[in-house]
Amino acid sequence: MRDEVLRRVRAAVATLVLAGLLVAPWVVDDYTAAILARTLALGLVGVSVALLTGVAGMPTLGQTAPYAAGAYASAVLGSQVSDVGVVQVAVAALAGATLAAVTLPLVVPARGVIVLMITLAIGELVVTVLGRWRSVTGGTDGLAGIAGVRPFWGLPVLATDQARYLYTLVVVATLVGAVLLLLRTRAGVLLRAGRDDEMRLRASGHRVPLYLSGAHVAAGAIAGAAGSLLVVAQQYISPADFGFDTSALLLLGVVIGGTASVGGALVGAALVIAVRDWLFGVLPGHAPLVLGALFVATVYLLPTGVTRARRPRPVPAPRPPDVAPTRDRDATPELRV
Amino acid sequence: MNCLLSAEKISVRYGSLAALTDVDLCVHDGQRHALIGPNGAGKTTLLSVLGATTRPQRGTVRFVGRDVSRLGPAARARRGINRTHQRPAVFATLTAIENIEVAALPRTIRRRRWSPGGTRGAARRTAAELLDQLGLSDLATVPAGHLAHGQRRQLEIAMALAGRPRLLLLDEPAAGLSATEVGRLAELLAALPRQVAVLLVEHHLDLVYALCDTVTVLRDGRTVAAGTPDEIRTSPLVRRAYADGVS
Repeated sequence: MRDEVLRRVRAAVATLVLAGLLVAPWVVDDYTAAILARTLALGLVGVSVALLTGVAGMPTLGQTAPYAAGAYASAVLGSQVSDVGVVQVAVAALAGATLAAVTLPLVVPARGVIVLMITLAIGELVVTVLGRWRSVTGGTDGLAGIAGVRPFWGLPVLATDQARYLYTLVVVATLVGAVLLLLRTRAGVLLRAGRDDEMRLRASGHRVPLYLSGAHVAAGAIAGAAGSLLVVAQQYISPADFGFDTSALLLLGVVIGGTASVGGALVGAALVIAVRDWLFGVLPGHAPLVLGALFVATVYLLPTGVTRARRPRPVPAPRPPDVAPTRDRDATPELRV
Repeated sequence: MNCLLSAEKISVRYGSLAALTDVDLCVHDGQRHALIGPNGAGKTTLLSVLGATTRPQRGTVRFVGRDVSRLGPAARARRGINRTHQRPAVFATLTAIENIEVAALPRTIRRRRWSPGGTRGAARRTAAELLDQLGLSDLATVPAGHLAHGQRRQLEIAMALAGRPRLLLLDEPAAGLSATEVGRLAELLAALPRQVAVLLVEHHLDLVYALCDTVTVLRDGRTVAAGTPDEIRTSPLVRRAYADGVS
């Protein structure tokens, strides 16, 4: 009963938030629309972090690497091949997935804090390469004046912040929906099982490294697609967009939102961006302090995140098993296994 | 008679401590075989070697005549060696039925049989049947992390059975259970299909003698005796190994 009420409350809140996001372009100014679009892009990277950290049990500080790969692929390759948004998103997702696949031998055999360290190193390495490869990436100056996109063949180029925001919202909603569907399949259950007890999963005959590899590549593709959305939202990218600050903020947002929750990753990213970009104007110089306080309060008061707070339900007593009370094996009914 | 599983000259050392020294073991098809011995005898280490979670310094493990020494736990499970652990290992955030479903999946995927709902549908049906037979149907939708110790033990046994093993390795399944739960466990193990061989590590000797047809006694990492429950119960060697702990 309580679960049902909670479920309905969550559905109602989600519907309200979605409705708010849909009408936002007609309510907010250009600046806010641009920030919302960037928040959505970062939220999508947060979803990829949640997929790895909360669902697959691989804590990561390196999702900025495929995020950057996607963004630059979208800006450099995508714009040369086509100005169609879906093509750029596909190119960016492919770039992110490819980078994730290349780093598989480093990431998948590692566990726990070692994964954090390796992924952090990969993220920093990618930022360094972006800063040095001036001929392609523009170096630390980045790439400016990136051409606008048209969402689909035959549609006009997105010329306003509101239009770019709506495009970002549609892409994020589609990809988040796909991730939610994926997590309801066997793949999602297996990833959560591996996070709970990897040895038990192996002892049941499952190829755990294969599952983790799939999750890592899928998360890379999602982060790559988010990179493409960042390019659309900002029309400018530089290595500073993908540095350690962004990695730390992403992980912070996911922890605040609830590591195992896709919705939580979006909420966490929104909170983090709100504090960083909006509170910055209200309380100049104090945004990091508020962010730290928010993090500590969440960890202590809502350890499963703001979107997943609930108490365990009582466990009913089991009824006796359907086996005969005898020790004579030949006389007992066999379990149908 | 050929062994379903054979361990030959298994030796495991942890630094200067010899956990197992040249241990041989043979489990036949459908046999109920117990490993007993005082604490520190090497029972769990031997089970871990057979389940591939511990790599021996020396020795060979064969299953159905094939050398499986170099295979990991997942590969051995796919060949039919499933196990439970001393501390029940379940997927805490998954429901009871999902736990068994996950354990059943490799088999249903391997068979690639058509079924409504695909391989997951077949796994779910297997899980529902097992829960029903174990009397855990009421707990189907409860996360395993919320279950009591005894319920987790039963759930883990169900998970091991879901893989349709040819050999079931049970590591102290009665540990921490109440007398009622031990009785229920005995009934459950007694009702296992004849085609499933069981290697049981257990301190509850009454349970061992009631269920098993062969008993191997370990002490200080070596085999000190092997025989039928009656032979073991009356063996002076075993009495000495247990320091009069065997009744």
